[in-house]
Amino acid sequence: MSLVTAQHLEKTYRMGDISVTAIRGVDFTIEPASFVSFVGPSGSGKSTLLNMIGCLDPPTGGTLQVAGQDIARMDRRQAAKFRGEHIGFVFQDFNLLPVLTVFENVEYPLLMVQNWPARKRKQRVSELLEAVGMGDQGKKYPSQISGGQKQRVAVARALVTNAKLVLADEPTANLDGETANRIIHLMKKMRDEFDTTFVFSTHDPKVMRNAEIVFTLEDGNLLKLHSNQEGAHA
Amino acid sequence: MLNVIKIAARNLRRYLRRTILTSALITLGVCAVLLFISITGSFKQMMVGQITDAMLGHLQVHRRGYLASIDNLPLNRNLNEKQVRKVESIMGGIDGIASYSERIRLGAMFSNFTETTNIRLNAFIPDREVKTVPLLADRVLEGKKDGPLLERGQILIPELIAKGMKVNVGDSIVLVANNKDGSVNGKTFTVCGVLEGISGPGGRDGAIHLEDAKELLRIAGVEITEIAIRLKNMALLPEALAALQSALDEFKDKNGNPVFEVHSWEKLSPFYNIAKMIDLMTFFIKILLVAIVLVSIMNVMIMAVYERINEIGTIAAIGTQPGRIMALFVAEGFLLGVLGTALGTVISLISIAAINAAGINFDFGRQSNLLLTPTIGAGDVISIVLIVIGIAVAASMQPAFKAARMDPITALRHV
Repeated sequence: MSLVTAQHLEKTYRMGDISVTAIRGVDFTIEPASFVSFVGPSGSGKSTLLNMIGCLDPPTGGTLQVAGQDIARMDRRQAAKFRGEHIGFVFQDFNLLPVLTVFENVEYPLLMVQNWPARKRKQRVSELLEAVGMGDQGKKYPSQISGGQKQRVAVARALVTNAKLVLADEPTANLDGETANRIIHLMKKMRDEFDTTFVFSTHDPKVMRNAEIVFTLEDGNLLKLHSNQEGAHA
Repeated sequence: MLNVIKIAARNLRRYLRRTILTSALITLGVCAVLLFISITGSFKQMMVGQITDAMLGHLQVHRRGYLASIDNLPLNRNLNEKQVRKVESIMGGIDGIASYSERIRLGAMFSNFTETTNIRLNAFIPDREVKTVPLLADRVLEGKKDGPLLERGQILIPELIAKGMKVNVGDSIVLVANNKDGSVNGKTFTVCGVLEGISGPGGRDGAIHLEDAKELLRIAGVEITEIAIRLKNMALLPEALAALQSALDEFKDKNGNPVFEVHSWEKLSPFYNIAKMIDLMTFFIKILLVAIVLVSIMNVMIMAVYERINEIGTIAAIGTQPGRIMALFVAEGFLLGVLGTALGTVISLISIAAINAAGINFDFGRQSNLLLTPTIGAGDVISIVLIVIGIAVAASMQPAFKAARMDPITALRHV
């Protein structure tokens, strides 16, 4: 069963009398444990599509199922609960909470979203920090680590809840080439280790080459699919 | 919940200067209110204590219509023996009454043999009067301090007359008074003491023995102007007043009007209006405190939400429920309230102790060197603490609600 299934998916924004269509009836599926990239120029609809898959923005047309759930039918609280249980996010600006340490940032979803018991929580966070190579940086605050390290912490935070799907909007845009490459390889390694599906958007050709499946978007339309292996269908 | 508090505390520490300024403002407000309550409260309590324990008693019973003409000190509105016995028997059935003193109030001419002036007098049986108004003895500035307050043939004269007419303890004076039939009588007295004047009705009256007043006024048998009553506890006042009122209201004259009137000290002393004014001022000071807390916390929390829009977007995106986001911001307001209140309470209590240790004196009316002894009850402290913390929480609700309702995408895009 596909992890993400979109049929005739549309998104139109209304600003007064003006309507702007960001996604124009696209169809695609994403299989579990795949490593997928949406690429395209600015304004092509990559972020909108990722926001819809992440239950942050409801579609205005078509259907979108994530982990067997119809996203369009969820209210605010249900969507928040669903995100907390099934989806991890990695942001372009890392978005770590500055008042929390590296350890506490990774711990946050388990503590404030899923209410895990303390011992289990500590074990899981330590395991994830080790996996992303930040095991010895747990006590530092985000202001005390580099951009690449912050993104590693963000990846750990996205994976800590055993999310089925991690969405990363331009995860390497604020990193230098070498660090960006390391982050993409880390995400791939995490996919292999935890069987988590990674979906990210980028317009960096070096980064998109690392994706196993690449969807190209232009002006809200899904133009083509490059696939190095089975895992997605457009 | 502890985790919410922990994160809120860290966010407050993150904006340390703002946190210090806001909690300092709340601290200042709490200090102002607690000090005001303690100083005015103790002043009020002292004045009420003086009025009731040195002059009026807690309650007074008169013949109906006496109070309306109290300035004339009318003798034709005295209670007769039958009426006095009725009141005594009713008072015997009321638990809260500790003691009572029967008085004759009269006006007379006061002569030191060279000058004459008018004087208002309170006549009583000394031991019963001292039981009813125990601070009366403390008002004796000169003269005997031991033994009975006064004996037959003796007079306690008010401070103003003693100074104005140069009368000293041990001097002889003459009192001349009209009785209720209009005839005049005179009697010589020895000055046994000088009474300190205090603010309020009767505060500048002299005092003689009840039997001397009867002799001066040629009263045969029992005639009493008023019965002053002391209660076991001031808190029993409403209950005792109601019981006495309802029992005495049963006695009617030929025209069907009540024979007696009962008044609490509040009706008899103009200080009651000052006390009410103090209560009103306390209320407005509390309103001011509420406004300070409301405005400062709301301002800080609106700023906090605005500055952390991106963080709100992040925690909302990773699945934090709106209620928990709201709790994070409400907890910040709560902690600011707790911090300001705790500091304010501690500083106020230290200040109150310092004022008491310093022994500050003040003057009020004709009374000088009154010692300021501010105290504050646990109830007042608790009510202020609860008000401030409650308002702090209420003030953070709107910004917190706004944070909780924020659209994650809009918040994440915010720069």
